[in-house]
Amino acid sequence: MAVYKKTYRPYEGVLTASWRRLLVIPKYAFEDLRRSRFLTIFYIASFIYPLICALIIYVQHNASALKLINAEGAQRMISINVPFYMGFLGWQSMLALFLAAFIGPGQISPDLANNALSLYLARPFSRAEYVIGKMLVLVILLSLMTWIPGLLLFGLEGYLEGWDWMTTNSKIAAGLFFGSWVWIPVLCLLALALSAWVKWKPAAGGLIFGVIFVGQAFGAVVNHIQRTSWGYLFDINYLVGSIWLRLFEGDNPTTTGAVFFRASMGPDGTAPPIWCSWMLLGLGGLVCLYMLRKKIRGAEVVR
Amino acid sequence: MNPVIELDGLEVRFGGRPILNRLKASLTGRSVGLLGPNGAGKSTLLNTLLGFHRPSAGTARIFGRDVRTEARAVRSLIGYMPENDSFIANMTGVRFVRLMAELAGLPREAALERAHEAFFYVGLGEVRYRALGTYSLGMKQAAKLAQAIAHGPKLLFLDEPTNGLDPPARLRMINLIQEIRDRGDLHLIVSSHLLRDVEECCDQVLILKNGNIAAFCNLEEERRANKRFLEMETRGETNGTFLAAMEKMGCETAPGAQGRLKVVLPDGLEVRRLYELAVEQNVQIRRLNHRRDSLEDIFLKAMESGGEVRNGSL
Repeated sequence: MAVYKKTYRPYEGVLTASWRRLLVIPKYAFEDLRRSRFLTIFYIASFIYPLICALIIYVQHNASALKLINAEGAQRMISINVPFYMGFLGWQSMLALFLAAFIGPGQISPDLANNALSLYLARPFSRAEYVIGKMLVLVILLSLMTWIPGLLLFGLEGYLEGWDWMTTNSKIAAGLFFGSWVWIPVLCLLALALSAWVKWKPAAGGLIFGVIFVGQAFGAVVNHIQRTSWGYLFDINYLVGSIWLRLFEGDNPTTTGAVFFRASMGPDGTAPPIWCSWMLLGLGGLVCLYMLRKKIRGAEVVR
Repeated sequence: MNPVIELDGLEVRFGGRPILNRLKASLTGRSVGLLGPNGAGKSTLLNTLLGFHRPSAGTARIFGRDVRTEARAVRSLIGYMPENDSFIANMTGVRFVRLMAELAGLPREAALERAHEAFFYVGLGEVRYRALGTYSLGMKQAAKLAQAIAHGPKLLFLDEPTNGLDPPARLRMINLIQEIRDRGDLHLIVSSHLLRDVEECCDQVLILKNGNIAAFCNLEEERRANKRFLEMETRGETNGTFLAAMEKMGCETAPGAQGRLKVVLPDGLEVRRLYELAVEQNVQIRRLNHRRDSLEDIFLKAMESGGEVRNGSL
């Protein structure tokens, strides 16, 4: 129908499946994010490290290339092993934190500030689907920065080293995948919960850093003063790092974990048990979900 | 006629305080007005029907579907224009309506097409590529109407649709609502505290007071009934004969002071016949009014009565 007819008519066409409606929110969010030059440059820059890692893996297996740059001994300097991949995951996860702090606050707060939630939720679209839709924005972007390039690097090394290397080091692939899936939900839930409660975007972004780094500093102070390791329970980076260490190295780790996500012993030479890390991260996630549940409503009730 | 909305002992409580008090009604009209003073429970009723509030007792059905257990199916039938400013400020008008239509389940291309159509329909065709944050109040109201109709709902909830509009903008909005109503493709629920808006747009009225149904009436029937009730002012010598002649035709009459008369016409008798009778009786009819209960009268009576119409059915 031509628009000039200016008349109302009912819609009688087909409707999309409900799971496809979940992708509507990320689609519009990506269109908005693409308009920000800063975020585009930052996001592209976040792939520099994986590219460097890929180059290192390639050069490691290419003697002629090493000879060309007179670095025949470089093979001995950098090993493609657990610390290499944990380092990769640490760097990328830290960049993911920055990205979540930049784009997370803009996910829910504008909808709350403009009372748009009643419009979203007046459609066949539940509160859970709204949160999942918003979360998908972050999940897709953070996955592209963390486990997807991680597994590609693992695949590249496996391709160059051979099948045996892949089967022997399958824990690395599992560590990259599941380790990312420990960090990504933590970041997504934290960013969305703060976006729902703090309407001023810079403040919400700052709070994400605050929760991570102030907790880390507070934990260190507790450890130092009390000569204990229980202060680590305030340190989200430690909690995540300790889980990574288990995922990559099992029960007898030989390293202290990834860069930015160290899981060293406390001043008393002990470390909190791993179940504490799982429990606290789970608890934090539940708190974030509760915060979202309180704010994501079609209509505000004034009691 | 199948009811559009059925309220079956619907009760909503906030903090233990009843906001909607066991409402029972069956609304069948094409266009139903929700009237009531501030705090009567109009918006709460709309929000409950949309599934935003959970009933503490009873339930409501829209086109036979339970709002509690079939919320998704119910919402797919509804278009909602909220009372307050609701939009995404940095989005262009057409992109916003397209987003809302896609969330309602329209495929991408259809959503875009209908977003353009809806914008032209509400008279915002020329500004559809401007950011919503730059719209005037009247334009924002029209954009809210556009997003409510873009996905082709079967039932449209309009919460205070003329809120904050200047007289020309209000008239445009009323005309749009009347046009949508008269097309007959969808049903309308218009919540307002402005009696004139409801009178102009609705054929049924549900009046709420303190969370109860204070009155429930069919405006069309009221208007039709009141057309039979006349107030007349006459001048002439033979009023007594004139009254007798009218009663002979089946009219009920009640004479007042200074030639004033109240007359109830029987069914089938046209007013024209009274003029003819007056000529025959040599009586001048100086004034003749249809004395109808305006919506204002109905509303005031409902507010004064304090009684509750627990069961409303039309």
